[in-house]
Order: sequence, then C-alpha cells, then structure tokens
Amino acid sequence: MQIAIVLAGLLFGAGAVAALYRVIRGPSLLDRVIASDVFVVTIMCVLGAEMAFNHHTETLPVLLVLGAFAFVGSVSFARFMAKQDQT
Amino acid sequence: MTGDEIREMVTVGLVLVAALMCFAAGVGLLRFPDVLSRLHAATKPQILGLMAVAAAIAVNNATIGTFALLTAIIIFQGLTAPITAHMVARAAYRSDHLRRDFLIRDELSESIDRVDEDNAGSPATAPRDTPD
Repeated sequence: MQIAIVLAGLLFGAGAVAALYRVIRGPSLLDRVIASDVFVVTIMCVLGAEMAFNHHTETLPVLLVLGAFAFVGSVSFARFMAKQDQT
Repeated sequence: MTGDEIREMVTVGLVLVAALMCFAAGVGLLRFPDVLSRLHAATKPQILGLMAVAAAIAVNNATIGTFALLTAIIIFQGLTAPITAHMVARAAYRSDHLRRDFLIRDELSESIDRVDEDNAGSPATAPRDTPD
C-alpha cells in the first residue's frame, strides 16, 4: 500500500515536471497551452488520488472548478492565436 | 480477505492507472516533435486518467452525492476536452505550427483550396474564415 502510494506520487511528479519543462521550453504558444492543460489535469488527478486514499470528498468542487478554468484558458488562447494569425 | 482490503486494492490499482496516464502524457509532451502529435499525447489523461481517479473516489465513498458530483465532473470534462483539442489543433493548422511531412493525408488543405478557388472568381465576397 505505502509502496503503491509512493510509486503513484513519483509517476504524477514526473508527468508534472515534464509538462512544466514543456511550458518553459515550448517552441510555440500552443505547446505551452497544451502543456499547461496537462499540468492542470495532473493536479486534478493528484487531488482525486489524495481524496481516494484518505477517504474524504472535500475537494470534489475544486476538481470541477479546475476543469472549467483549464477549458476557458485553452479556448481563449486558441481564439487569440487564430485572431492574431489573420492580420 | 475482507471487503476493506479488496476496496483498498481496487483503489490502488485505479490510482496507479491514472498516474501512468499522467506520466505517459508528460513523456509524450517531451518527446513528440510537433503540436499535433503532442496534442495526441496530452488528451489521454484528460479523460481516462480522470475517469480512473473518479472510480477510485466512488469506490471509497459510495454515496449518492459523491456519485452525482463525479458524474458531473466526468460529463463536463468529456464535453470540454474535445472542444479544447479541436480548437488548439485548428489554431496550430492555421498558424503553421505543424510538420507537414508527418501528415499522411491532409483533407483540410483540399477543402481550403476549394474554398479559395470559389472565392477567386468573385473577389467582392467576404474573405474566408471570418467567424466573428
């Protein structure tokens, strides 16, 4: 059980670090948008895993709000790119 | 083996699946060459990882309220993740952030060429792609 929790934490952490690296080094703005989306989803999964392991449901609304923020942010950046491209 | 132990093992398995999804997305972001293939890697944990985590929460907290909120989260994510991916891919195509030599078949360019030909005959009409 403890080993599995540590392993899951390592995998989540490695994924988050890879996404952060892509946010910093991404060649284009769209790469950064995708990577920050992955980062937000990783945070959502970590919050959910913590809820599952500790048997509570306090942070469920946070998952909903984080999903909404990720959606609005990505869509607005994509629209911004498309509009900038037309000029 | 009691019910609590089975529940714990199911939880650990589902969380490990979600962790593997997130790790795979990170590796895909690092190693894939252009925006469209990175998008392919990135959209995996958005649905599958979140569904695994939601199942783990539901196994541990089997109440109606939890089920309702988890269903709302998954339906919302299932509606918005494809929209996000579609719009980012469209912006990438429009702004030429893709490696065309990796494409096997490019149907969008065919239809764009067709629209351009239609518009070439009548320049008075509005230019293509003005959604707003």
